[in-house]
Amino acid sequence: MSMTEKAPLLAVRGVKTYYGNIIALKGVDIDVHEGEIVTMIGANGAGKSTLMMTIFGKPQAREGSITYDGRDITRMPTHEIAHLGIAQSPEGRRVFPRMTVFENLQMGASVNNLAHFDQDLEKVCAIFPRLKERLQQRAGTLSGGEQQMLAIARALMSRPRLLLLDEPSLGLAPIVVRQIFEVIREVNRTEGMTVFLVEQNAYHALKLATRAYVMVNGLITMSGTGKELLSDPQVKAAYLEGGHH
Amino acid sequence: MMMEAPAREPVNLAGLLKDAAFAAAIAFGLFSLLLGLKTDQTLNNQMVLVPRPGLLFTVVGLVFVGRFLIGYWQAINAGKIKKKKAAATPLALKIEKYGTAAFVGFLFVYPMVVLGTAGPSGAIKWIDNFGIQILIYIMLGWGLNIVVGLAGLLDLGYVAFYAVGAYSYALLATSEPVKEFMASTIGPSFWPLWAFWICLPVAGILAAFWGVLLGFPVLRLRGDYLAIVTLAFGEIIRLVLINWVDFSGGYAGISSIPRPSFFGVPFNATESGFAATFGLEFTPIYRTIFLFYVILVLALVTALVSTRLRRLPVGRAWEALREDEIACRSLGINTVNTKLTAFAIGAMFGGFAGAFFAARQGFISPESFVFLESAQILAIVVLGGMGSLLGVVIASILLVGGVELLRELDFLKAYFGDGFDPAQYRMLIFGACMVLMMLWKPRGLISVREPSVFLKEKKAVSSDLVKEGHG
Repeated sequence: MSMTEKAPLLAVRGVKTYYGNIIALKGVDIDVHEGEIVTMIGANGAGKSTLMMTIFGKPQAREGSITYDGRDITRMPTHEIAHLGIAQSPEGRRVFPRMTVFENLQMGASVNNLAHFDQDLEKVCAIFPRLKERLQQRAGTLSGGEQQMLAIARALMSRPRLLLLDEPSLGLAPIVVRQIFEVIREVNRTEGMTVFLVEQNAYHALKLATRAYVMVNGLITMSGTGKELLSDPQVKAAYLEGGHH
Repeated sequence: MMMEAPAREPVNLAGLLKDAAFAAAIAFGLFSLLLGLKTDQTLNNQMVLVPRPGLLFTVVGLVFVGRFLIGYWQAINAGKIKKKKAAATPLALKIEKYGTAAFVGFLFVYPMVVLGTAGPSGAIKWIDNFGIQILIYIMLGWGLNIVVGLAGLLDLGYVAFYAVGAYSYALLATSEPVKEFMASTIGPSFWPLWAFWICLPVAGILAAFWGVLLGFPVLRLRGDYLAIVTLAFGEIIRLVLINWVDFSGGYAGISSIPRPSFFGVPFNATESGFAATFGLEFTPIYRTIFLFYVILVLALVTALVSTRLRRLPVGRAWEALREDEIACRSLGINTVNTKLTAFAIGAMFGGFAGAFFAARQGFISPESFVFLESAQILAIVVLGGMGSLLGVVIASILLVGGVELLRELDFLKAYFGDGFDPAQYRMLIFGACMVLMMLWKPRGLISVREPSVFLKEKKAVSSDLVKEGHG
């Protein structure tokens, strides 16, 4: 691939993260290149979300390094990382329930001080027409799928170069999951936005992915293109036989 | 025939008349004894009943006509009203919108109204005990509302900032070196007259500084842990004030604190005093009225600043922080700065209120800054509904005004004996109110959060959808 010759946009090297004395990531290496959709699948408690949070500086990696666009961000505080053009839609959506959809989106644009807010609002509303209808509604009254859309839309409001999505399919109906994944593909194709996706819904996530990693117990056990992993017998046995397609 | 049904239902006049007659009958029943008869005394002290049929029938007639007109107006507006209801914002928001202007207007004429009805000697009580006292708590409630209601940081030691403000003013205004310095540079009469106006901002800044100082160690704490540390902070400030006698006078407090002047004109009976300057007869009421306006303006500034801040990025960040700190951080919000500004600005208003308190009392001691005060201010914010300015006003009137009202219930002594002091039951009533409130409205009197941005056209769209059943 021509992309791999360029330095990756995000490079995770030998990252070890601890919760107190308990090791959660045992030395993880990951590359995310500009324009890719990279997926990480794994079971509950494998360390996927920990990796996601470690990239964002909370908790910080005890060993190893994380480089974004040539800069070392391993020890950077979270809010500064957000200013570098990385946006995150955290696990469990975490929208601001008592604030309106509009205000949630405003919060998403805090990084660039609401400059080009109207423009981005229009764009996001075009991607998620449901949100447009509900701009004045309090986020807490949205359905789960709408909240997930809002969480992604909020992340998009900062015009990120790299979008981190933590389990966007969590607790959603299959049809909504398909919509969400369609949006991710769309954003990647039209905006050229780089996406790093952590998922348990392996089938959809692998279908979407340019490249993918499998994480087991804080270690990367497998990697390859989305297609390769989809047809891999081990992956099939461990993650795809659950019947979620 | 009746085929061409009118677009609007015809007004049912007979029904309206029946309604009005019914209302008039009720009014007659109610007022026949209240208004229809009056007790009077004859010259030899005998009680006699004086019938007043004229008054009674005028009132009953007014009720009849009034009920009829209201009913008629409702009938012809029935269609319009329905439409409005579909797009109506919650009632509380409406009150907040239209009631505010009326209420502020009322506050500005309040001293005059009281002066007119109760006379100069009776008015002091109403302006001071009810007006100023309640306004101080409204201001404190609004200040704490920034920290607790908006930023969601539970602060049990807010009274510390009130104390910092009060002592800043008291110590600076009574300090000999400052007095001498001012006397030698500007003139001997300058400092006592202007101390309040110069120290007011200083007190606010010092309190804000202490707010940041408290903020730093508690940055990582939330909820209960934060509450305990702030509680301790409040106690530390009070204990320091008690024990550092050289600095603060200990239990004895600080007395003869200069009172505020009318921008340089003192409120006293001298030639250059306020009354003489404006050609009025001297009474202490002018100072009280002036103090009322000072705290009113201070409180309004607090309200204005907090509503403005809510619409700015920093205010939105406070609210987002209250909702979800982790999400905030991942959106690039510097949570450290956000928390510190909330503490600082909340504390600043506490400091202003404290300086005003010291100037109004003329004497302060640590007794005024006990934990109970913090609890009461917090209760005002929580009872009112976190984040609601109007809620704070209502809760202050209920809690502070209610206590003052208890003092007015002297007539109960006739029933319960002379030893009965209703004011002693205030904590009991206070507690009962809290319990009832939490059962009845657990999120406070006004629990609707008003969005800080309104989108006019979008709203119309959504209400249309609701009407067609797409909601």
